[in-house]
Amino acid sequence: MYTEKVMDHFRNPRNMGVIEDADGVGEVGNPTCGDMMRITIKVKDDRVDDVKFQTLGCGAAVATSSIVTEMAKGKTLDEAMDITNKSVAEELGGLPANKMHCSNLAADGLQEAIKDYRSKQGGGEG
Amino acid sequence: MQLEHMIYMDHAATTPTDERVADAMEPWVREQYGNPSTLYTIGGHAARAIEEARATIADFLGAHPEEIFFTSGGTESDNWALKGAADAHRKRGRHLITTTIEHHAVIDTMEFLEKRDYEVTRVPVDSRGIVDPEDIRKALREDTILVSVMHANNEVGSIQPIAEISELIKDSGALFHTDAVQSVGKIPVDVDQLGVNLLSLSGHKIYGPKGVGALFIRKRTRITPLLHGGGQERRRRAGTQNVPGIIGVAKAIELAAETRDGEAERERALVARMWMGLQERIPDMALNGPEDPSLRLPGMINFRVEGIEGEAMILCLDMNRVGVSSGSACTTGSLDPSHVLLAMGIPAELAHGSLRISLGRDNTETDVDYFVDVFAPVVKRLRDMSPVYDK
Ligand SMILES: Cc1ncc(COP(=O)(O)O)c(C=O)c1O
Ligand code: FES
Repeated sequence: MYTEKVMDHFRNPRNMGVIEDADGVGEVGNPTCGDMMRITIKVKDDRVDDVKFQTLGCGAAVATSSIVTEMAKGKTLDEAMDITNKSVAEELGGLPANKMHCSNLAADGLQEAIKDYRSKQGGGEG
Repeated sequence: MQLEHMIYMDHAATTPTDERVADAMEPWVREQYGNPSTLYTIGGHAARAIEEARATIADFLGAHPEEIFFTSGGTESDNWALKGAADAHRKRGRHLITTTIEHHAVIDTMEFLEKRDYEVTRVPVDSRGIVDPEDIRKALREDTILVSVMHANNEVGSIQPIAEISELIKDSGALFHTDAVQSVGKIPVDVDQLGVNLLSLSGHKIYGPKGVGALFIRKRTRITPLLHGGGQERRRRAGTQNVPGIIGVAKAIELAAETRDGEAERERALVARMWMGLQERIPDMALNGPEDPSLRLPGMINFRVEGIEGEAMILCLDMNRVGVSSGSACTTGSLDPSHVLLAMGIPAELAHGSLRISLGRDNTETDVDYFVDVFAPVVKRLRDMSPVYDK
């Protein structure tokens, strides 16, 4: 059902965990729906310096969160904001159609984390 | 521990075909191709084999051979029982009763009938997943024509008080159907002891072939055919019979008759061993279904694991070559977790984190110990990853 790349990220998730003194936190999903994701980021020079995830959910939920952290790391915040659910799915070599609901969480979670960081900065950069 | 083969623990989904069943079927797939409805010799062979199969199954259920009708499996038997009874008795009434924990073959058929102006009452179950016979009786109305309650549930294994229900409703004039797909071959199933008019069974849950089953229709029970065409099955179920399949089901029943009670005891002991092992190793876990093992199918156990989701557990177990099922919505692609677990009052987030293990003849103590050994670290790994579990 899943591509080899999805299974690889499920088996060996990258950047799993929490950044304790995070600059931004994004939390999306809802356990009653079976999926929830928390992304924490560290920002340096307007770039995503470090990023970690925690995920409750299926194989697709874990794999999308894992790969979104890989995609975001080192990018400028604007570039990271441009990561879409579609590009995440493409990067994984595709996802089953019935998994689109939860796999949409990863990019949302990252964007929430960046927005959280920006709002803490006093909204100076919008 | 390294294992070469897969450890299959999902016998409620389907069972491996017994070698002896496959051997019994083979001649009927190859040289014995005669159509049982024809008059010449090879047709006669097939016809006779079907009647022997019918007698074997009837005998096992305490029924008469003329009361056994072959179908394409549990789903068809359920559809036929419900639609056939509803249609045949629609002049007398349009009210049907069922429970909230039925298999989709019954749930969806009931919904279909509802759209065709039948009224359906769905009686709830308790936290163990068992219906109260008194609640069924209270749901009866003047115009109730059919009551359908499954014998044993396919997700948590809870056994329903069919005989008690039958006792309470027998004077109402309503027909009584039970889906015995999960119970046949595992616990005693006798149509007179249960007091039912209609009973569904399926081949592939009892080490027999897929796509074949039977419906027991008690004598003098009126139900409309589902399939129209040739005059097979005494004009009640058209279509050239699945001869190899029917031979296979009968062989499977014959084997079940020999081994059922001893096997039930063996599987109960394996389940008890597994549950004890899991509870020693894993915190924040609870049983779904009756605590009392005598109220549960022998090889079945369903439990919820706090803080993690079912499909992820299944994938991790598959990486360790163990095959099981889950109540999580994520495994089916729908958003709602198991309707059975929800009907038992289990919160959605815990239903998503539920696992069903169904052991069978091929499982051993070694398998059970292996399962406990690989599952404990799987739970730990997924809980470490989870944002909602920080104990
Ligand atoms: C309780 C119950 N009823 C009906 C069915 C359907 O049987 P079949 O797969 O033979 O159509 C199943 C099996 O999935 C079942 O567990
Ligand atoms: S978390 Fe439910 S489908 Fe992915």
